[in-house]
Amino acid sequence: MAAIRTKHDPQLYTFPGFGSDKYPNLMLRGAGDLDNWHLKVYEQKHEGYVAAKKALKMEPVAVTEEVKASGIRGRGGAGFPAGLKWSFMPKDTPERKFTRYLVCNGDEGEPGTFKDRAILEYNPHQLIEGMIIGGWAMQCQLGFVYIRGEFLWLIEKLEAALQQARDAGYLGKNILGTGWDYDIIVHRGAGAYICGEETALLNSLEGRRGEPRVKPPFPAAKGAFGQPTTINNVETLAAVPPILRMGGAEYGKLGTPKNTGTRIFGVSGHVKRPGLFELPLGTPMDFVVNELAGGSSTGRKIKAIIPGGASAPMFDEKDFDCPLDFDTVKARGSMAGSGGLIVMDEDTCMVQATLRLIRFYAHESCGQCTPCREGCNWMEMILYRIEHGEGRMEDLDLLAGLTPRIGLRTLCPLGDAACGPMDSALQKFRHEFEHHITHKTCYAKGSRLLAQVGAH
Amino acid sequence: MNHPQSPETSPEPLAPGQRLPESERKEFSPEALAEIQAIMAKYPDKLAATLPALHIAQREFGFVSLSAMKAVARAIGIPEGHVFGVATFYTMYQKAPVGKFHLQVCTNISCALRGAAQLLEKVCEKTGVQPGHGPSPDGMWSVEEVECLAGCGVGPCVQVNHDVYDELVDEKKLIEVMEACKRGDYRPWAH
Repeated sequence: MAAIRTKHDPQLYTFPGFGSDKYPNLMLRGAGDLDNWHLKVYEQKHEGYVAAKKALKMEPVAVTEEVKASGIRGRGGAGFPAGLKWSFMPKDTPERKFTRYLVCNGDEGEPGTFKDRAILEYNPHQLIEGMIIGGWAMQCQLGFVYIRGEFLWLIEKLEAALQQARDAGYLGKNILGTGWDYDIIVHRGAGAYICGEETALLNSLEGRRGEPRVKPPFPAAKGAFGQPTTINNVETLAAVPPILRMGGAEYGKLGTPKNTGTRIFGVSGHVKRPGLFELPLGTPMDFVVNELAGGSSTGRKIKAIIPGGASAPMFDEKDFDCPLDFDTVKARGSMAGSGGLIVMDEDTCMVQATLRLIRFYAHESCGQCTPCREGCNWMEMILYRIEHGEGRMEDLDLLAGLTPRIGLRTLCPLGDAACGPMDSALQKFRHEFEHHITHKTCYAKGSRLLAQVGAH
Repeated sequence: MNHPQSPETSPEPLAPGQRLPESERKEFSPEALAEIQAIMAKYPDKLAATLPALHIAQREFGFVSLSAMKAVARAIGIPEGHVFGVATFYTMYQKAPVGKFHLQVCTNISCALRGAAQLLEKVCEKTGVQPGHGPSPDGMWSVEEVECLAGCGVGPCVQVNHDVYDELVDEKKLIEVMEACKRGDYRPWAH
């Protein structure tokens, strides 16, 4: 039954200079090595559970303060300061005792993002250690790791890693003699992108349809099973052990002052060496794409880069020098999101690319809010007819008029996410849409992103 | 997801309120029931066992039919309507039979930039199955076009059942994967 991976994976995880002081390897240590997931390897080679032992000797509040001092911002996409999020959890008072939960979001489904998978594959113990530290800081009774259903072999691996941690006394009753009881449950999703949204994830965890909830109440007040809950991304929690080991202030020196630490950037699409690169925040995008990923794989010029997973608005040539941190990317009109860079060369038809992305959102909309459910389908239908030579010039104004009626009018950010690629493609590559309408064919030759089979 | 299909298509649809014939009733094996009971005990609320129990139902019965959903509702002791709602929301619960090897091809943007559309067409050609049209006559293959599988860096990628992905799949690699399936190197569906 146990499907511990034995097949080498062709992915690139490292680059010259990785592991030096300039490019510290805090989260991708030993990635690519199939034995790295064992507790023994983690303890012997990678300072495993040093941070957990240190944290459990500290006051819980002091641990949260340490994470706050590091300045780490949530790596899931929104970039909310993680330490601040932890401090929102209610504390026990003599009158009222709370049951608190920590939930790890491993529902990685954003197109262009494949970082959590690498952490789960090669460093599951670092995530477990992060969850122990987070659980201690917030005095949680139980932790949940929500992992997308397709990752069955990673779930089996994580279960095995959890058992090793239980056997070593890092989980269970009276952990390391502190008198604190804590365990972690792995919950398998079942194929729904929307469950990456935190309240949808909570519904899914509770055994319901993954539909986002109305906020407030926020999860810190009323989350999983009606109890105070904190939800963090896999990468955020995996960054917690290094923070405790180095000290928050020291970690805060990495990256830029308001965007501290390292994060894992995934580069995919038309590049020579696609892969995962752990880099300090603020590293320029052209360095990542051209130096580390080797530049265009087709020999043609790069036309567009999506800087933070499919939901982020596209960048064209003039923004390729953008430093990759939350604030600068936002100031330039996109979002740093999940750190997935999708590179498209000159021969990519932007109408097809946009149609492919919008089809994804139309498929994944949970159907709760009308603007998103209907709007995404309309956008898909309009783009479909443009792509198939039946577009009209008015369609472009119709598309531009649709997005303000979807964005910010829904319960969760899925509607806004669909508007990002749509708006940016229309603004920056309008001539390609016009060419499609007037000439009934692609402006960029040789691009075919849509299959001729299947139901569409 | 946004266009849910009815859970089970039948040439003679049942009238509202009409009960299914007893012969179609499905029962979990005692081991599966014990597994579901253990999961219910783990969570603070038994409703949370819905998703894991549906995964078990899919493993036990091959796909999540209407009667499988009812079996889940009985096993956990929750309303049938809740289970129907959950089972039809999530795409990984197959509401119709699939082949012994269910090939899932990601055609989202990162994979598409590296030839996923052409790969999907190749898969259909080689297996003789169209996505969403049930298994091949010998019951060996079925094909599904899926959204991002988080294999963007090594696309195009194909997942066989729920095992490890196959990365950087071209025509040669696809033939290797299919040969490996025939040899039995992969766990067949629902095992």
